[in-house]
Amino acid sequence: MLAGTDDILKAAEDWRKAGRGVALATVVQTWGSAPRPVGSNLVIDDQGNFLGSVSGGCVEGAVVSEAIDVIESGKPKTLEFGVADETAWKVGLSCGGTIRVYVEKID
Amino acid sequence: MNIEILKALNEERAARRAAIVVTDTATGIQRFVKGADVAKDPLRETLEKYLRMGKSGMEETPQGNVFLTVHVPPPRLIVIGAVHISQALAPIAKLLDYDVTIIDPRTAFASPERFPNVKLIAEWPEVALPPLNVDKYTAFVLVTHDPKIDDPALVHALERDCFYIGALGSRKTHGRRLERMKALGIGDNQLARIHAPIGLNIGAISPPEIAVSIMGEITARLRLPPEKQP
Repeated sequence: MLAGTDDILKAAEDWRKAGRGVALATVVQTWGSAPRPVGSNLVIDDQGNFLGSVSGGCVEGAVVSEAIDVIESGKPKTLEFGVADETAWKVGLSCGGTIRVYVEKID
Repeated sequence: MNIEILKALNEERAARRAAIVVTDTATGIQRFVKGADVAKDPLRETLEKYLRMGKSGMEETPQGNVFLTVHVPPPRLIVIGAVHISQALAPIAKLLDYDVTIIDPRTAFASPERFPNVKLIAEWPEVALPPLNVDKYTAFVLVTHDPKIDDPALVHALERDCFYIGALGSRKTHGRRLERMKALGIGDNQLARIHAPIGLNIGAISPPEIAVSIMGEITARLRLPPEKQP
């Protein structure tokens, strides 16, 4: 597996210990056909570096920019995304799911 | 998440112990629960259910919605006996994401030709088992039919509280096994944990069918609550 959960949570700890501002994003709920299962993690630092995934690429950009706000404010946020991918529909996948992502600061 | 919680979570995972982080997603308030402390938690039944499933999830509670970050060590399978059944058991268990180790001191049985791509230890269980750190997330299967090999391994599996222990052999063979175990001072409560004859009763005849019945029984033991065990 590419960058399993193990590496991500360890990276979150290591990044924080190295003095970086760090946020952890977690898929907490999914509806319909979601690309990544509940519990999937993305770790983000204050420079916008990230590791892991919450959607297989569809919404990571938005999660990263929200995460940088969370690192600044210290307040956790829950984000919701509808995942609709035209290409996916064309090949017969019903990737029209919705995911809810919880973003929290590591402090 | 507090760095101390994250650190504790990573420590438990590295040590192959279960742990849960309970997060109130509205307030961000969190608590860390070690697998061993779940029975003392107010959400005990819910946490036990999530540990059995080995999955994270959102749960409604009287105090509001909480997200449970659940980490359970990946299960392992240790097979005592490099026999025909084991040759079928190993690939099936691998498909089910078990980390498989086969132990048999008889080098003619425990040969890499018979077990390609499987962790194989051609040693007596007394030598092979201690370094493996057998734990409660380990399923333990005894299939040699030879008390010299099976019995010491069985004692080890009982001591380490493996979530599943199964032993091949008829009721008569198992009766004799129980007598030998009792002679070693092992109590009835412990002995009742041994699944024997091994496997679900699905009419299995061939070694691969027996392997399926064993993995079915292990899966039930792993996933079903005690009152729903077959």
